[in-house]
Amino acid sequence: MCQLKVQALSFLDYGPFDLDIKSGEVFGISGTSGSGKSLFLKALADLIVSKGQVSLAGEAREADTASDWRKKVMLVPPEPQWWFEKVGAHFPGNSQEIAWESFGLAEDVLSWPVSQLSSGEKQRLGLARAMAREPLVLLLDEPTANLDQNSAEKIENCILNYLHKKRALAVWVSHDEKQLERVATSRAVMENKALVEMEVAE
Amino acid sequence: MTTISLSLSDLAISLIPIGLLTALIFFQRLDLTHSILVATVRLVLQLSLVGLVLKFVFAESNPWLIALISLVMLSVASYEIMARQKYRLKGWGALRIGSITLLISSFAVTLFGLTLVIRPAPWYLPQYAIPLFGMILSNTMTGISVGMDRLTTSIFQNRQIVEQRLMLGETIWESIGEYIRDSLRSGMIPVINAMATAGIVSLPGMMTGQILAGAQPTEAVKYQIMIWVFIAAGTGFGMVAAIYMTAASLFDDRARPHFERFRKRS
Repeated sequence: MCQLKVQALSFLDYGPFDLDIKSGEVFGISGTSGSGKSLFLKALADLIVSKGQVSLAGEAREADTASDWRKKVMLVPPEPQWWFEKVGAHFPGNSQEIAWESFGLAEDVLSWPVSQLSSGEKQRLGLARAMAREPLVLLLDEPTANLDQNSAEKIENCILNYLHKKRALAVWVSHDEKQLERVATSRAVMENKALVEMEVAE
Repeated sequence: MTTISLSLSDLAISLIPIGLLTALIFFQRLDLTHSILVATVRLVLQLSLVGLVLKFVFAESNPWLIALISLVMLSVASYEIMARQKYRLKGWGALRIGSITLLISSFAVTLFGLTLVIRPAPWYLPQYAIPLFGMILSNTMTGISVGMDRLTTSIFQNRQIVEQRLMLGETIWESIGEYIRDSLRSGMIPVINAMATAGIVSLPGMMTGQILAGAQPTEAVKYQIMIWVFIAAGTGFGMVAAIYMTAASLFDDRARPHFERFRKRS
């Protein structure tokens, strides 16, 4: 059983935040642009300085090296970056078995040059690249921002399947209220530098 | 063989070609006249002053005076490294990186050369210590400032990529390894090229000077070899120190990037 526990987390003048998310759950965060949703994800991934306790499966983040923590608690940015020439070079060795169909991508996508990818393909590949590293927590920052409705729903299912299969959990930031209604098991709005919990209709 | 001494009138004659050039440029209304005049005047004044200072220092041979001069040289070179950076650390950090890398590179290598290779008596004999330190310092300074500038510029231009690689769980060294290799290469390549073509494409300045001053070419060659391998080693060690110190100021103990600690030269 995996559990992400956040106690009195604060950064800059945001927070304190308290959270408790268990495996299989999706914590949805909405809020206006610039309200600090992305910063919150960065604080969870330990990419910006923050105070307070964050632990995964009972183990504090400080017990891991920063890179080990981020391998488990992985942030997927809205515009994933690429630095090698070919897509495949960004993926770990075991990536041959990725079910590309579930991402709506072609089977030979690993051999494609990065320069020819569309923004939608980059976004889906960014997600696939994170999942290939099998994190226990996915921090998703607008994971379908560059996708049309159909592809977006496909990706939603793909993410939920991953969480189910790996007994992982997700913190999902989106400006699309309808999307969060579909995927989130609990929800909050980022308002005035704090998270305000919302009712989730079953 | 003794050196032919240049009289003041000899030196005045040597100014004729640059005078002609300045006149030509002035009549062509090119905007260089002012720069050439200022540079020539500075050259004459600065070198005359250095000549006087060195004459005094050589005569005194006081270790404290030599230490003071070395310190001044080191400070100016540290400032120069900082001034040549497009992205530099805010506050005193930039100067600190420059001075520590130069201490490790030029200062240590010069000490090595004086105490174990040349062994003048006393080891700090200014006729050897100051020119040796100066040559190593100016060359390592160039290499280090080029390499450091390359490192910070490429990290800043690719900061989103660096951040992305950290998100995927890479360590600091994995996320900037490519830029480190590039910067080492660009800092070291001029030195390596100079060593590889020494004597074929050009006679190095120091050798030329020694030969003009009446030294045997074979003797001048030995000094020149020593100087170049010192410069290469010094530049390399200085670059390694510069890379570690830059990385240590760019990231904290949790491998979080702190791009805000640097500012871009306006």
